[in-house]
Amino acid sequence: MHVPDGFLDAPTSVATGVVAAAAVAVALRAARHELDDRTAPRAGLVATFVFAAQMINFPVGAGTSGHLMGGALAAVLAGPWTAVLCLAVVLLVQALLMADGGITALGTNITLIGIVTVAVGWAVFVLLRRVLPKRLEMVAPAAAAGALASVPVAALLFTGLFAIGGNAPVDLAAVATAMFGWHTVIGIGEAVITGLVVASVVATRPDLVHGARPLIAERELVTRKVVPS
Amino acid sequence: MSTRRFLAVALVVSLLVAGVASYYASSHPDGLEYVAEQTGFIDSAKDSATADSPLADYQTSGVDDPRLSGGLAGVIGVLVMLVLSTGLFWLVRRREPADGRD
Repeated sequence: MHVPDGFLDAPTSVATGVVAAAAVAVALRAARHELDDRTAPRAGLVATFVFAAQMINFPVGAGTSGHLMGGALAAVLAGPWTAVLCLAVVLLVQALLMADGGITALGTNITLIGIVTVAVGWAVFVLLRRVLPKRLEMVAPAAAAGALASVPVAALLFTGLFAIGGNAPVDLAAVATAMFGWHTVIGIGEAVITGLVVASVVATRPDLVHGARPLIAERELVTRKVVPS
Repeated sequence: MSTRRFLAVALVVSLLVAGVASYYASSHPDGLEYVAEQTGFIDSAKDSATADSPLADYQTSGVDDPRLSGGLAGVIGVLVMLVLSTGLFWLVRRREPADGRD
């Protein structure tokens, strides 16, 4: 869903640029709590993997395609603040090196793909982690649900920005319906990829999954309780 | 699996996805482009200022073979990502108290 230059007018692009810059500035401070000598290299690989995975467009019928956005995935693997930074670096490299997503649209893309998908994906994940059984097997499905929700929400937010500062006079209801519809389907792909990746990391090294930490801490607590002293 | 081994596997997977699997990705327009075509605002898109960059559109300029051109762009992208993001996270990270810096 990389927005090219020209879709949105200058004031809207400046506004999303300010939002993106502020969020990245906050994330740079807040991510310190998620990053240390051990987690920093892993987080670098999360960003790198999201970049690679975004190259894989999967068909979603009728001559259109979608690809992973990766906000929910990065948030569950590396933590939400680090995830914002992951996606910001991905989008910067894509815009500067690959001409994927516009330069003046970089703020818009960081806002939609770097902030909205992370925020929605992480919020849904945390909510589900709270209500689902406290087991590691629940981490991947909760991440997938967050991923599923994150894509159509980002698509609707794009439509909102387009309503404010779109450069073409088109039927907004049609844009909203089409954006929501297609991105719900793309969200299923997002959910499948996110679920599979998180499940494989949980299966091999659950301790490397940021979103699984409370469950691991709880499991250790339970273990200590049953061991006779 | 040791952490070192895990990270190595993650890097190899990323390189394979970007360098090899990307060739088989769908070339249909993505959801936003498709909606823009259908509802009539695709023409408001402008070429990016970096449209002439040597790796624009995930193709390496000067490399004719499409598989090699795309694969090389993907591999370069992955390596740039690895250096930039790991470098950034290393700078941002919390220093351990023993480090004496905070």
